[in-house]
Amino acid sequence: MVLDSKIPSGSIQEKWTNHKFNLKLVSPANKLKYEIIVVGTGLAGASAAASLAELGYQVTVLTFHDSPRRAHSISAQGGINAAKNYPNDNDSIRRLFYDTVKGGDFRAREANVYRLAEVSNNIIDQCVAQGVPFAREYGGLLDNRSFGGAQLSRTFYAKGQTGQQLLLGAYSALSRQVGLGNVKLYTRREMLGLVVIDGMARGVIARNLVTGDLERFAGHAVVLATGGYSRVYYLSTNAMNCNATAIWRAHKKGAFFANPCFTQIHPTSLPLHSEQQSKLTLMSESLRNDGRVWVPKNKGDKRDPREISEEERDYYLERMYPSYGNLSPRDIASRAAKRMCDEGYGVGETGQAVYLDFSDAIKRLGKQVIEERYGNLFQMYEMITGENPYEVPMKIYPAPHYTMGGLWVDYNLMSTIPGLYVIGEANFSDHGANRLGASALMQGLADGYFILPNTIGDYFASNKFVTVKTNHEEFEKEEKSLSDQIKRLMSINGKRTVDDIHRELGKIMWEYVGMSRNEEGLQKAIQMIRDLREEFWRNVKIPGNDMDLNQTLERAGRVADFLELGELMAIDALHRNESCGGHFREEYQYEDGEAKRDDENFCYVAAWEFEDLSNWELYKEPLVFEYVKPTVRSYK
Amino acid sequence: MVKERLNLTLKIWRQASPEAKGKFVTYEVKNVSPDISFLEMFDILNEELESKGEEPIAYEHDCREGICGTCGMVINGRPHGPLQGITTCQLHMRHFKDGDVIYVEPFRAKAFPIIKDLIVDRSAFDKIIQAGGFISVNTGSAPDANTILIPKEKADLAMDAAACIGCGACVAACPNASAMLFVAAKVSHLSLLPQGEPEREIRVQKMVAKMDELGFGNCSNIAACEAECPKEIKITNIARLNREFYRAKFLSEIKE
Ligand SMILES: Cc1cc2nc3c(=O)[nH]c(=O)nc-3n(C[C@H](O)[C@H](O)[C@H](O)COP(=O)(O)OP(=O)(O)OC[C@H]3O[C@@H](n4cnc5c(N)ncnc54)[C@H](O)[C@@H]3O)c2cc1C
Ligand code: SF4
Ligand code: FES
Repeated sequence: MVLDSKIPSGSIQEKWTNHKFNLKLVSPANKLKYEIIVVGTGLAGASAAASLAELGYQVTVLTFHDSPRRAHSISAQGGINAAKNYPNDNDSIRRLFYDTVKGGDFRAREANVYRLAEVSNNIIDQCVAQGVPFAREYGGLLDNRSFGGAQLSRTFYAKGQTGQQLLLGAYSALSRQVGLGNVKLYTRREMLGLVVIDGMARGVIARNLVTGDLERFAGHAVVLATGGYSRVYYLSTNAMNCNATAIWRAHKKGAFFANPCFTQIHPTSLPLHSEQQSKLTLMSESLRNDGRVWVPKNKGDKRDPREISEEERDYYLERMYPSYGNLSPRDIASRAAKRMCDEGYGVGETGQAVYLDFSDAIKRLGKQVIEERYGNLFQMYEMITGENPYEVPMKIYPAPHYTMGGLWVDYNLMSTIPGLYVIGEANFSDHGANRLGASALMQGLADGYFILPNTIGDYFASNKFVTVKTNHEEFEKEEKSLSDQIKRLMSINGKRTVDDIHRELGKIMWEYVGMSRNEEGLQKAIQMIRDLREEFWRNVKIPGNDMDLNQTLERAGRVADFLELGELMAIDALHRNESCGGHFREEYQYEDGEAKRDDENFCYVAAWEFEDLSNWELYKEPLVFEYVKPTVRSYK
Repeated sequence: MVKERLNLTLKIWRQASPEAKGKFVTYEVKNVSPDISFLEMFDILNEELESKGEEPIAYEHDCREGICGTCGMVINGRPHGPLQGITTCQLHMRHFKDGDVIYVEPFRAKAFPIIKDLIVDRSAFDKIIQAGGFISVNTGSAPDANTILIPKEKADLAMDAAACIGCGACVAACPNASAMLFVAAKVSHLSLLPQGEPEREIRVQKMVAKMDELGFGNCSNIAACEAECPKEIKITNIARLNREFYRAKFLSEIKE
C-alpha cells in the first residue's frame, strides 16, 4: 500500500482554493440520504456535527460523557490563535504558517499547515457570531495576547476559559441542530468497535454506559473526534476519562497510526505533590507572558525564594534563549526545566520544580492588572497548593499534555480506511513533532467547521454505497467479538486494580518514553509493557456486573488499549533515530544539549499498520518543504 | 515537614439503580494526606473496595479542575461541599479535620433522577439549551469579528454569566429545585450581546417554557443557588431573566 496524502498541486496559497473547487458536490436534496456518525463532542466533533447537520446531512452523535458540553476541550485555558493581525504587529497567514511549521520542527505537512492558517480567521468570525465572549479592549474591539513560540500577539482569549467558551459555542450550535431534529444525540455511549463493510467504514458499536448494552449504529461515513492519548502516562493534564479506545480500535481495523511517539510535555504544570495524586493540573502557558522562570544559582538552595537575591537567581530561559526568553516553545522550556532539576537546581520538597515568578510584573503593572489577566489561574493555584502566588513564586514542572501523533489522515482528513475521517487531536495532522500553544483549539475548529464539511461530500459523490442495516453480518461479528472481550475481562477476577496497573504503565511511559528517551530505555520499556499487558490479562480485578453501570469496567477497557498503544509509542520512538520537537533522543543532541534533527533520514511521517499484537509494519510518507526551508530550529 | 494525616468516617449514599431503595453506608478511610483532593480520597476508598471485590462507589468526575461541570456531590448538606465558589473536585482535604464524619449524597431534584449511587441524570439542562440557548448562525455566514463592537464592560458581564459550567448545584441547593440560575446565566450571556439581539424575545420564552415542562420548580427568591454556585453566578441574572421574560411577553409581537 502506498500512502497517498492527496496534497493538491499548485502554489501553497492556491492549494485549498483549487482543491475545494475540484471537490465533487452533493446536492441539497441528496445530502439527506447520507448518514454520518460523529464520535466525540469536543471542539472538533461538536463543530463538525453542527456544520454537517446545517448542510443537510443526517447526523448521529455519540459521546461517553453525560452531556456534549463536558468534552475535554472545555478545560483549555489560554487561547486560540488566528492570523488576524488586529494588533498591527506584522502578522499574516504566511507568518502563522511559518511559525507552525518551524514550531513543529519540520515534521508537519506544509499544505495542511498553510490551510490551517488560512481558515484561522474564519474561526474567530464564526465564534464571535455565536456569542463567544472573547476579551475586548475599551474601544469594543477584540484583544490579543502572546503565546509560546511566537514573537507577536495573535491569541484570542476569554479570560482563562477560552476552551470552555469555544466549546459552549460549538455545543450551542450542535444543540440547535439537535433541537431542530437534524442531529440524533446519544450520550453515555462509548464507542468500542468500528464496523467495516466492503472496505468502507459503515458503522460503530458503542456500549451504553448505563445499561451495559452493546448498541449498533450504521451510516455512510464515520468521523472520529475522540481527542488525544496523553492518559497513557496515567498522570497528565488531560481529563480523567480521556482515552485512546476509539482510535485504537479503528487502528486495529486498518487505520494507520502516525507518529505515535510525538507527544507534548507542557512546561507549566503544578508539580507532583503526593503519591495519591490522580492528575496533574495545568497552569496556562499564557502565564509565561508575565511570569519569569528561574532556579537558584546554588544547587539545593532550600531558602524561601523571597530571600534569594537577584544575583543568586538563574533566569535560565532568558539566559539560554534570549530572543524568546520565557516564551520559548514548550518542548524547549520543558527540557530546560528537566535539565535544571536533573542537575540539582530544582526547588520544592521534591527538587522536581522550578519557580515561575510574578513579582516583577506585579511591580511594573500593579496587582490589579495581573489579577485581571490571570485571576482565576492564581486562585486555582492557591486552592490546590495552599500558597498565594501574588506573594510567593509559583512552583511548576513539566507534565504530559498533548499528543501530536494520532491516526494518519490525508489532506481530506480521511484515514486509510475509506469513509473513516479523523479530526481534532485524534488525528496526527498539523503540528508535526511539537504543537505551539493556542493551536489545538484552532485546529479542532478548523477541521470541524471548515475542512471536513467540504471534503466529506466528495467521498459521498464519488462512491457507490450498498444499503447497510445494523443486522449485517459484520455488525454481528463485531458485536460478538466485543462482548467476548468484555466477558473475558469480567472473568479474570485477579488481584490487581485497574488503576494500579495503569499507574505502573504510566511510570514506565514517563521514565522511558517521556521527555527524553534512549535506545536502551526504549527497549526495556517495550519488554516491560509486554509483561505488564500479560499481567493485566491474567491478574486484573473488576467487581460488579457488565450489564450495569460499571466504571471499573470502562476504565479496564481503556487501560487494555493503552497497554497496546504504549508499546507502539516506544517502538516508534526507538525507530526514530533523531531528536525533533517533543521527541528527544539522548543519543542525538548537540553539545549544548539542543535537539539534533536528521532531515536526511527522518524527514517523513511514520505511519504504522497493525498486523498483530507486537507486530507493526512501517510506512513512510515523505515530507517536502518548499516554502519553509528546514533549518536548525533556533530560539536563541 | 511531615503533615498530619487524617482518619475519617464517610457516610455515603448508595443506590444500585433508579428504582432501588438507597441508603447511607459507612466507610472508614485512614491515613489521608491533607494535600490530596476530596475526589482523590474517594479514589483511595474505591480502590480499597475494588481490591476486596466490592463494587466501588459510582460517582462522576472528569476534568478535576472545576470547569467541566461533571462532578457534584452534596457534602454535609451542601452541594459541592463547605467552601464557597468551588466544585467538588476542587475541594481539598486540608479543609477537614482528623476524626471528621462526612455525609455524601447525590444532587437531588425531581428533574435529575438518580442513576446509581451519586450519579444523577442532568440531561434536562441540555434539553433547555436545545430549546433556545443559542444564536442561530450557520457555519460560514459570519462577518469579520471586529465589525461587531462590544463595550468591554458588557463583554465582561456576558463572560461572567457565560462562566456557568452546567453542574446543577443551583438546582440541588434550591428547596424548590428550580433551574432559574442556570437558565438566567445563559439568557443573560446571550441577551447582553448584540449578536443575541435578534432572538432575544423568542429565546427567553422557549427556554423558560422548556424549563417548566421538565419539572423544575419555581423561583421564590431564596438565593440558595447563588450561595452554592461554584462559579458564583450572580442572582442579578435572575432579575435580568425576569425582565427579559416579561419584556418578551408584553412588548413583543413574537410569541412562542
Ligand atoms: C488543561 C489543558 C489546557 C489546554 N489549553 C489549550 C489552549 O489554551 N489552547 C489550545 O489551543 N489548546 C489547548 N489544549 C489542547 C486542547 O484543549 C485539545 O487538544 C482539544 O481541545 C482537543 O479537542 P478534540 O475535539 O479533539 O477532543 P476532546 O475535546 O478531547 O473531545 C473528545 C470527545 O470524544 C468523546 N470520546 C472519546 N472517546 C470516545 C469513545 N470511545 N466513544 C464515545 N465518545 C468518545 C469524548 O466524550 C469527547 O466528547 C489544552 C489541553 C489541556 C489538557
Ligand atoms: S448556575 Fe452555577 S450552580 Fe447552576 S449550573 Fe451553572 S455553574 Fe452550576
Ligand atoms: S470534575 Fe470537572 S468540574 Fe469537577
